[in-house]
Amino acid sequence: MEAFSHLLEQLYYTAGTNAKAQLIRDYIATAPDPDRGWAIAAMAGTLRFDFFKRNTVKKLITSRIDPELFAMSYDYVGEVSETVAHLWPEYTPIKPLPTLSCIVDDFASTSKQKVSATLASYLSMMTPPQRWALLKLGTRGLRVGVSARSIKQILADYGNKDVKEIETLWHAVKPPYIDLLQWLEGKVDKPDIKNAVTFHPVMLSHPIETKDIDGFSPNTWQIEHKYDGIRVQLAVNTQKVEPEKALYSRTGDDISHAFPDLLECVTGNMVLDGELLVIHNAKCIQDGMQTPEVDTFNALQQRLNKKKPTKALLESLPVGLIVYDILSLNGESLTACSLRTRRNKLERWLSLAAIPRLFLSPTLRADSPDALRELHKTVCEDRAVEGLMVKRRESTYTPGRPKGQWFKWKRDALTVDAVMMYAQRGHGKRSSFYSDYTFGAWEGDQLLPIGKAYSGFTDEELKKLDNWVRRNAVGRFGPVREVKKALVLEVAFDAVHPSNRHKSGVALRFPRIHRIRWDKPATEADTLDTIKELIEH
Amino acid sequence: MHPSSWLEVNDIGLYCKPGDFYIDPMNVVHTALITHGHADHARAGHHTVYASRETLAIMQTRYGEDMADTQSEIELGCGLQFNDVTVTFFPAGHILGSTQILIEYAGYRVVVSGDYKRRHDPTCPPFEVVPCDIFISEATFGLPVFTHPPIENEINKLLHSVRVFPNRCHLVGAYALGKCQRVILALRDAGYSKPIYLHGAQLKLCDLYQQFDIDLGELIPVSEVKDKTELEGEIVIAPPSALADRWSRSLPNVRTVMASGWMQIRARAKQRNVELPLIISDHCDWPELLQTIKEVSPKEVWVTHGREDALMYQAQKMGFKARALSLVGYDEDEQGGS
Repeated sequence: MEAFSHLLEQLYYTAGTNAKAQLIRDYIATAPDPDRGWAIAAMAGTLRFDFFKRNTVKKLITSRIDPELFAMSYDYVGEVSETVAHLWPEYTPIKPLPTLSCIVDDFASTSKQKVSATLASYLSMMTPPQRWALLKLGTRGLRVGVSARSIKQILADYGNKDVKEIETLWHAVKPPYIDLLQWLEGKVDKPDIKNAVTFHPVMLSHPIETKDIDGFSPNTWQIEHKYDGIRVQLAVNTQKVEPEKALYSRTGDDISHAFPDLLECVTGNMVLDGELLVIHNAKCIQDGMQTPEVDTFNALQQRLNKKKPTKALLESLPVGLIVYDILSLNGESLTACSLRTRRNKLERWLSLAAIPRLFLSPTLRADSPDALRELHKTVCEDRAVEGLMVKRRESTYTPGRPKGQWFKWKRDALTVDAVMMYAQRGHGKRSSFYSDYTFGAWEGDQLLPIGKAYSGFTDEELKKLDNWVRRNAVGRFGPVREVKKALVLEVAFDAVHPSNRHKSGVALRFPRIHRIRWDKPATEADTLDTIKELIEH
Repeated sequence: MHPSSWLEVNDIGLYCKPGDFYIDPMNVVHTALITHGHADHARAGHHTVYASRETLAIMQTRYGEDMADTQSEIELGCGLQFNDVTVTFFPAGHILGSTQILIEYAGYRVVVSGDYKRRHDPTCPPFEVVPCDIFISEATFGLPVFTHPPIENEINKLLHSVRVFPNRCHLVGAYALGKCQRVILALRDAGYSKPIYLHGAQLKLCDLYQQFDIDLGELIPVSEVKDKTELEGEIVIAPPSALADRWSRSLPNVRTVMASGWMQIRARAKQRNVELPLIISDHCDWPELLQTIKEVSPKEVWVTHGREDALMYQAQKMGFKARALSLVGYDEDEQGGS
C-alpha cells in the first residue's frame, strides 16, 4: 500500500504527461503482482466494485469528529476524502502496511455489516496521504490526470508493443491483469481473447483536399453524411452463455454505463461502427431503414459522462446509433473485406435484424467532382450534419489513419470577430503565459462574453498576445486579468448553441483563435445578434 | 467597564478609545502599536509607532528610515502608559520581533495576540502565556484539518528531492519576511551548507536578519549568477508571487516548491502548480490554537482573521465565551506569510 500511495502522491503533484508516464512505468517495473495490476485498474477506472460507499465514510467520520467541525472542514477543503484523511483521529502505524491486493481481497470478501469496521481499522494504521489513497481507491474516485488511454500507451511502451495490441486485449483481460503484465514482460504467451467482446481499434479519415475532389469518380467512392455526434463502437455477443454488450468511444473507453437505453435493446453477435446521437424516434424503428429524427450535438452533450443517467433524461433525450460499418458478424471478422462487401452485409443484416435504435447510414449520390461539390453545399445547409464522408469502396477496415482510403469533408468553420475581454495564465509549458482568452461580442455599447479559446495561435503569436495582455491589463479577479477592450480576435468555431449558462445566451462549439486582428478597431467587431443568427435549429 | 465598550473595531482596525491608539491599523493614524512587521500589520506613514526594536528595523528596511515621524522602541514586559491605559508587549513567537500586546484598563486585561505560533523558532523568543480576561486570537489555520508536521520532515522532503532530481533547480516559494529565513535556518540545521540563491525581494530582509546575528550562511542573489544553468540542482528562494511569474522563466528545469501552511490542502498546492508542497507555517495549527486557549484560559476569546467559525465553535464547546471580531484587511491568504 505504501508504494501505491507514494505513486499517487507523486502523480498528483507532477505536471506533464511524460513525467507521469515515467512514474507509472517505474511503478509497474518495481511493484509485484497482483498489486500493480490493481493499481492499474484503479487508475484506468476498471475496478468492478466499490469497496465501501461514500456514506459509510461520512458515518465513520461523524461518529468520531464533531459533525459541525467536519462540515466546516469539508466546506473549506472541498473534498470528502481529503477532509477525512486529515481529520481521522486515530493513528497506530503498522509497518509494513497490508499490500494493496490484501486490501482489495479483504473488501471483496468482507460482509456488508463488517465493511465499516474494516475501513476504520485500515484508516487508523495509515498516514493522511495513505488514507486519501485508500478512500479514493475504495470509492473509485481516483483522478490523477492520467486517462485510460494513456495507461494503455504506458503499458504498450513498457512491453515494447503497439498500443493497438493493448487496446484489442484491454476489454477481454480483467484486473489485476497478471496475464497481460506477464505477457508484456515476455514471460507468457499473449492472452487468448477469441470469444470475448472487445474493442477494435477504429479506422480514421483524412481531411479531403482539392486534388481528392478533382479525382472523384462515382463508382470508386461511397458518400455518406458526416454526423455531428460521437463516433462509437458497439460490440455485442448475446449468443454465448454469458452474454456481453459494450459501447466504446473511439479511443476505446467503455461508455456503456451512460447509455443503457441503447444497450438493452440490442442482441446478436456483431461489432458495429457508427455515430451516437440523440434520436427522438429511436425506439419506434422497424427495419433500420427509417429516417432518424436527429437532435443536435448540444442535446447529446447532456447524455455524455453521466455515470447513471436518470429515467427522465433517458426519456427526454433517447439515443440511437446511425450505423456505417460492420467489423464482425456472427463471429466472423470482416475487417479484411472491402467496404463494398461490408456495406452489403450490413444492409442485409440490419434490415432483417430490425433492432430498435439502430439506423443505417444512407449513402448519397454524386456523379462528378462538381456534383460532389454541389452535394457538399446542400448537405451543409443542414446544421445537424457536419459535412460529408467520402470512402473508397475497396477499402479494407484498417485501424489508424491509412492514406487515400477515407476522407472527411467538414463544413467550413464559422468565424466571428470578437473582442478580447479577459486573459488567464495557461498550464504546463504555458504556465506564466497569458494564453487563455475570454472574448465577447457587442450588444449595444456593451461587450458580453461569448466564449473562451486557448488554441489556434503559434508560439510566436502567444508571446505577442502575452505581452499585449500585460501591457493592457486593467483589472484583476484572482488569476484572471481584465484587459482593455481593444484587441479583435477572429475566432473560428464549428457551431453556435443557445445557452442559459452564459449571460450572452450563446455557446460556441470548439472555438479557436483563427487570426489576431491587430489592425481592426474593437468597435468594428461583430454584434451578438450576428452570432445568434448562426444558431442551429 | 467591559472592554467591548472601550475597544472598538472600525474601518482602520482595532482602536483603544481611552488610550487613543490603534493596534496594527490599515490606514495612517496618529498612534500605532505594531505587533509585527508583516506588511498587512505594519504600514508606513503613521505619526508615532510603538514596536519592538526588530519590528522597527523591519519597517525601516521596507519603508525607509522615515517610515514614521516618531519611532518608539518598546521593551518586552515593561508597561507603557497611554492616559489611564497600561500597555505591555510580550513575545509572540511568530517571526523576528513579533509581539503580543496586553492592554490593561478599568480592571480588565485584554491580550491582542497578533499572529503567533508555539513551535520553536530560532529567530524569536517563544510565545509567552499572558493571563487575561479577553484573549484576541488569530484563526489563520482554525480548522481541525490543519496539523503542521515538524519542520524537519518538510525540509527532509526538500533535500530528498534535491538528491533525486539533481538536474532540477528547486525554486522554493516562501514569504520574504520570516518564512524565507526560517526555511534557510532549517536547511542549515539539516546540514545543508551549499550557497542558497535568493530572488531580489528576499535580499534586504535576509541582510537584516544577519545584522541581528542570525547566521543564514552563504546567500547569493540570483541576479549575480551569470550562467543560470549553474542553478541546476540548487535551491532558490523567491516570494510566492514569483513562482509563476516571468522571472522564473530564466531558471533552468524548475521544480516548483512552496513552503506554506496552506500546502496541507492538495487543491491549494495544485492551484499554484506546486510540485513539492512543504507544510511550513509561522502560525499555530489547530491543536496549538486549542492548547493556547486552554493555557491562557481567558474569560472570553475573540477570534479574528482566518476561519473564525470553527475556532469560536470549539472555544464555546470548551466552555469559553467566544465571539468573532471582524478585523478588516488582514490577508487571509499566503501573501500574509502564513
